[in-house]
Amino acid sequence: MELDPVLLARLQFAFTISFHIIFPSLTIGLSFYIATLEVLWGVTGAERFKLLSTFWIKIFAVSFGMGVVSGIVLSYQLGTNWSRFSVVAGTVKKKLAGYEVLMAFFLEATFLGILLFGEARVPRWLHVFSAIAVAIGTAISAFWILAANSWMHTPTGHEMRDGIAYPVDWFAIIFNPSFIYRLSHMLNAAFLTAGFVVLGVGARHLLANRRIEEARTMVRMAIGLLVVLAPLQLFLGDQHGLNTLKHQPIKVAAMEAHWDGSKPGDFHVFAWPDEKAELNRFAISIPRGSSLILTHHPNGLFPGLKSVPPQDRPPVVPVFFAFRIMLAIGFFMIAAALYGTWLMWRGSLWTTRWYLQVVAQTWWIGFVAVISGWIVTESGRQPWIVSQILRTADAVSPLPAANVATSLALFVLVYGVVFSLGIYYINRLVAKGPEPRDDHRRGSGRRPISAGHDGAAEGVRT
Amino acid sequence: MTELPLIWAGVIGTAVAMYVILDGFDLGIGILFPFARSEGERDRMIASIAPFWDGNETWLVLGGAGLLAAFPRAYAVIMPALYLPVIAMLLALVFRGITFEFRAVAHRKGRWDVVFAASSALAGFFQGVILGGLIQGIPVANGEFAGGAFHWATPFALVCGLGVTAGYALLGATFLVMKTEGELAEHARAQAKVALVLVLAFMVVVSLWTPLAIPRIFARWFSFPNILFLWPIPFITALTAFAGWKWLDRGDDGKPFAAAIGLFLLGYLGLVISTFPYLVPPTLTIWDAAAAPDSQMFMLVGTLILLPIILGYTGFVYWLFRGKTREGEGYH
Repeated sequence: MELDPVLLARLQFAFTISFHIIFPSLTIGLSFYIATLEVLWGVTGAERFKLLSTFWIKIFAVSFGMGVVSGIVLSYQLGTNWSRFSVVAGTVKKKLAGYEVLMAFFLEATFLGILLFGEARVPRWLHVFSAIAVAIGTAISAFWILAANSWMHTPTGHEMRDGIAYPVDWFAIIFNPSFIYRLSHMLNAAFLTAGFVVLGVGARHLLANRRIEEARTMVRMAIGLLVVLAPLQLFLGDQHGLNTLKHQPIKVAAMEAHWDGSKPGDFHVFAWPDEKAELNRFAISIPRGSSLILTHHPNGLFPGLKSVPPQDRPPVVPVFFAFRIMLAIGFFMIAAALYGTWLMWRGSLWTTRWYLQVVAQTWWIGFVAVISGWIVTESGRQPWIVSQILRTADAVSPLPAANVATSLALFVLVYGVVFSLGIYYINRLVAKGPEPRDDHRRGSGRRPISAGHDGAAEGVRT
Repeated sequence: MTELPLIWAGVIGTAVAMYVILDGFDLGIGILFPFARSEGERDRMIASIAPFWDGNETWLVLGGAGLLAAFPRAYAVIMPALYLPVIAMLLALVFRGITFEFRAVAHRKGRWDVVFAASSALAGFFQGVILGGLIQGIPVANGEFAGGAFHWATPFALVCGLGVTAGYALLGATFLVMKTEGELAEHARAQAKVALVLVLAFMVVVSLWTPLAIPRIFARWFSFPNILFLWPIPFITALTAFAGWKWLDRGDDGKPFAAAIGLFLLGYLGLVISTFPYLVPPTLTIWDAAAAPDSQMFMLVGTLILLPIILGYTGFVYWLFRGKTREGEGYH
């Protein structure tokens, strides 16, 4: 069988970046949660905030470590597998990533060292400050990498000379048309993801009747956050969608599986888009639903897939389904947050065990929503790697397919091992839960995973 | 704007030097792992680098990102040309990174000890191979790499791989002399001497091999009047090595590490002199490979503001965790 190097390089990138995004999604949210806990502890002096902070720092550290190693691979993969992309767009794109390294990576790595190992050597305020510095670092990281990514979707502020994009106006490049929408949507997604993890862990301990005080604090804080941010995400997502309609209408057409732009669009709850026949099979639809959402008018028109030739269309099936998965999770999140708030307001949250069961089992939905969202936006940009500037097929390195296939196999193997072990150890830490501080060890550095080991030992005992 | 690429080369050169020295010593600790005499010693070895390694590795990202940002054409040639060693190095670093965490909890630490040692040694070795692959030259046609997947695999590149591995072992051993106490430190002192001899041997081999194999490098070093300015470099190198040996003998704690850093910087300087102004010898100079001046300027302003800040808080962390690694610190 003839291997296609473009397809292999794309598979490899999709695999590594999907793996990678899991960890930043969690660490961005968790870092802010930890900083909040540290500040609350500093202000109120309540021991439970400190216990929770110590607990989540360990989980953060494991997750952060996996994010770093998978991120290093990614940044080099752009050069190894996508060298023509580097030539055409490296003049613009990598400056932004360079700023990410300079402003965020060093900040995070350095202050995480203090957060993990420095408690015995630094005053309390510096420890709190380190938590805040790490959180700011993760947000700065998101700022620059999403600026770079958004520029690939909606490039502005550059000029093309000899097939290479030269920067002209850096402000226009960074604050390109889709940037603010993408940044707020993604940051909020990270907070939601971490929120559901914290909620799930709290509920898990409540159900097991352990660490009640800390578990209730986690659940209360999480629901309080989610009831604001989950509905906000619907609004942000809608705004982002309208922005996409303006700048990348064919992506929206793929999201809605809307073929014929001369008619109003139905919202397909389910369908199987047939790309060859250019129609939807087995469609269950809300008539004119898409037109209503996108144009705020039931008869509103928006471009269909058939308005461009097939070679300029993104793959419809993955974009269409990933969008529906993201939407479904979004509505579930809103429902869970609203219902939890209502239970809390009625005072029956701690006794409604079925609710706690549900949220304890759905801690992972944020990750699925984030990956689905990225599939929508990245697959939806195809066949372009940089919209209207460079096609993905023209961006790969002049490499033999066998090279790419070998490295892909290695990545799958290595990431498989790393991922399984990481999840295994995080699960140990979660099962153990926050624990009273041992004065002996107070302030001594903690290797996060060795705490996981203690957790496993305890798990065996109980 | 002929100075801009030059300034950039300086910035990236600094990042690479920082990386090689900083991650060099913590990779070196991994390379020395098989020679430790007990699990307790290995625990202490890891504890000595635990707060630093993450930040150290970030310099590699900065070097890579800087190269791509300032010299996209060089990046687009170097990465495909050195594809397999780069991937091998990255995978080794991935495994190594997680081993820090996983080793501490495993029921059988021995397995993770093997992974940690092997991945550290492989990462160092392939970094040396990448260096060798760059020095020996990369064929370029139409702005793209024009060679096979194993073009880099020459005896010279392999020697460079071993040389860098020995160099990292030296950095690691002298770091242990500085940061630990008792038998572990004394053992490291003996290892440092072995590593020092090996490093000198590799430096001699590479210093003779490159001018003999590559006329351009021969002309750089041995033509008149260059030789008048350049002869002190091998001389100072020999002096530094001698001082390092003396300090190890005399029982100094910190100075041998300084000598090891000195040797690395001198070797680095020698290589820069040999290859300048090429970024991808023998075709792309730093001016050929540079990005558009405006985009270089954008990065440069930020870099020149942020780099001192980064160096500031990096220094602060090293100062915070100064002195001998305390018992029970960073570990239990």
